[in-house]
Amino acid sequence: MDKIEVNDLTKIFGANPPQGLKHLQNGASKEEILADTGMTVGVNKASFSVKPGEIFVIMGLSGSGKSTLIRLINRLIEPTAGEVLIDGEDMIQMDKNKLIETRREKLAMVFQKFGLLPHRSVMENVAYGLELQGIDKQTRESKASKSIEDVGLKGYESSKPEELSGGMQQRVGLARALSNDSDILLMDEAFSALDPIIRKEMQDELLHLQNKLGKTVLFITHDLDEALKLGDRIAIMKDGAIVQVGTSEEILENPADEYVSNFVKDVDRSKVLEASHVMKKPEVLINEKDGPRLAIRKMEEVGASSIFVVNKEKELQGLLTIDDAIDAHEKQTSIYEKLITSVETTAPDTPLHDLINIAIEAKYPICVVENEKLLGIISRVSILSGLVLGKEEEVSE
Amino acid sequence: MNYFNLPLEDWTNWFVNDWLLPNFSGFFDAISAVLASFVDAVTNTLLFFPAEVIALIFILLSWFFAGRGVAVFSLLGFIYLGAVDVWIESMQTLSIVLVSTMISVLLGVPVGILAAANAKVERAVRPVLDFMQTLPIFVYLIPAILLFGLGGVPAVIATFVFATPPAVRMTNLGIKQVSEDVIEASRAYGATSKQLLLKVQLPLALPSIMAGVNQTIMLALSMAVVASMIGAPGLGSIVLNGISQVNVGLGLTGGLAIVVLAIMLDRITQGIGQKL
Repeated sequence: MDKIEVNDLTKIFGANPPQGLKHLQNGASKEEILADTGMTVGVNKASFSVKPGEIFVIMGLSGSGKSTLIRLINRLIEPTAGEVLIDGEDMIQMDKNKLIETRREKLAMVFQKFGLLPHRSVMENVAYGLELQGIDKQTRESKASKSIEDVGLKGYESSKPEELSGGMQQRVGLARALSNDSDILLMDEAFSALDPIIRKEMQDELLHLQNKLGKTVLFITHDLDEALKLGDRIAIMKDGAIVQVGTSEEILENPADEYVSNFVKDVDRSKVLEASHVMKKPEVLINEKDGPRLAIRKMEEVGASSIFVVNKEKELQGLLTIDDAIDAHEKQTSIYEKLITSVETTAPDTPLHDLINIAIEAKYPICVVENEKLLGIISRVSILSGLVLGKEEEVSE
Repeated sequence: MNYFNLPLEDWTNWFVNDWLLPNFSGFFDAISAVLASFVDAVTNTLLFFPAEVIALIFILLSWFFAGRGVAVFSLLGFIYLGAVDVWIESMQTLSIVLVSTMISVLLGVPVGILAAANAKVERAVRPVLDFMQTLPIFVYLIPAILLFGLGGVPAVIATFVFATPPAVRMTNLGIKQVSEDVIEASRAYGATSKQLLLKVQLPLALPSIMAGVNQTIMLALSMAVVASMIGAPGLGSIVLNGISQVNVGLGLTGGLAIVVLAIMLDRITQGIGQKL
């Protein structure tokens, strides 16, 4: 089951939202509704779902409705229409007590402006969510201590927020969210107020923590680089509506419309594309039991001068060149002795950027390997074409 | 401009003399009795201890909340109160100020909280506060005497009317000034309205509320002379005697004592506001 499921979520600001909603359902656009009724469509029938453990990024420029959208999810702003299912339960239908309970137990939030209590220490701020739940002081402080340690603020427990830098304050905000034990983190432009170096540090920290703790993260940002770096999937918002949902690769390769393609045209592909995006299925594989004759025939079929050898478990054994195969065939020996084992390997999520130098040095294609299994191979050509394709688009502008 | 005749005078007199007094005199007597015993209790407590003990307490409070300079000022002030022999009157004034301030805070702060939470309450309260602050004091001294008799009680009531508005206004302002970010964060973590008020809004509004309390005390002290006109004992009556006897020295003696109390209480309450 999806952790968060949002269906046709709509928010209309103005004098008579139900009337605006009717207009919207009759197919009127945001501009028409503004012109006819003076009401603003904040969020326009947004639908998406977030899987457990996923980082789902909602990206849009200011005024696109993304901050409103995240507040509709925990009902800091009351939606006009639609559904928000958290673990299958509709937030919108909940009464006040159930809503408060859900906010306490399932939804932790991190804010752009931190939202820390200035009169309380770091410890008291981090334990605040637990305090609201009525958890006794000792338990909440031991949980809070752990979160403070997780975000690297050990030693600052008794400091006041104003004594900390922006980056550290946001670590407090993050620790407060983590100490709550909720599965879902709602992050509203959480790193946008930080300077670039601290920001990168916090992004890495978030990825690290998410890896470790497996939270489901809904992350709002106006920064495409941040979206591409963090998001397992990205939703792009414009004028209150979601125009495209997809992985960073899908969005870069197939922008849904001009708005999205304008967004992505300046992206440095070498940082976004990963090994798994450009790798090709190894054209031919032969098991170790196959002889040199079969190897030669397969190389002939695909017109290659070398072939990768794997065992039955698809674990990489090495590389066999055509010369060695012919040699083994003439001498009637096993190809197994001829394998070149010093091939370059890489993980599927390695950025292309890091592979360029390896590709220049390497004589043979780079093997993409996960748990010793051969997933694919990357030739120099595929790296270059990955980079060039990005360039081509810019030229065509 | 006289298009019609408004018999406001007759109506008011009828309302107070023929309706309020006969129907509710028991009610007002009860309030009067409670307040009188309260003021007496505070006065008697202040006078029960030797003057030195009371002085020491205030000097220590000054020191703790406002620093050494103010403590020295308080010491000199108390020596002055003793030297011009107005100790009893000072304590009488102080008790009226303390009781009326307490009532002002107990009623004013909750009203300020309500006004901050509810725009309708705020709209209703604002003109009432304007009225309380600008209606000439003597106008409500007359009904205060009629309803509560002469002495300390009508003085407390009149002081309450005059001195409460800052407590309401500053509480309202302080709560409204709490940053929206902090409130939003609290709500996102599942704070109830009560938790929001007790854990976020009131603590963050406290400096502003204390500034209101400080102003209430100052206004209450400034009422001391007026209070004496309706029979309240204290420093005001010394000043009043000075006026009626055209005795400049007597007037200054009482007046300076009021100033001493005012500065001391002002510095202490300001210090409390800043320490919190």
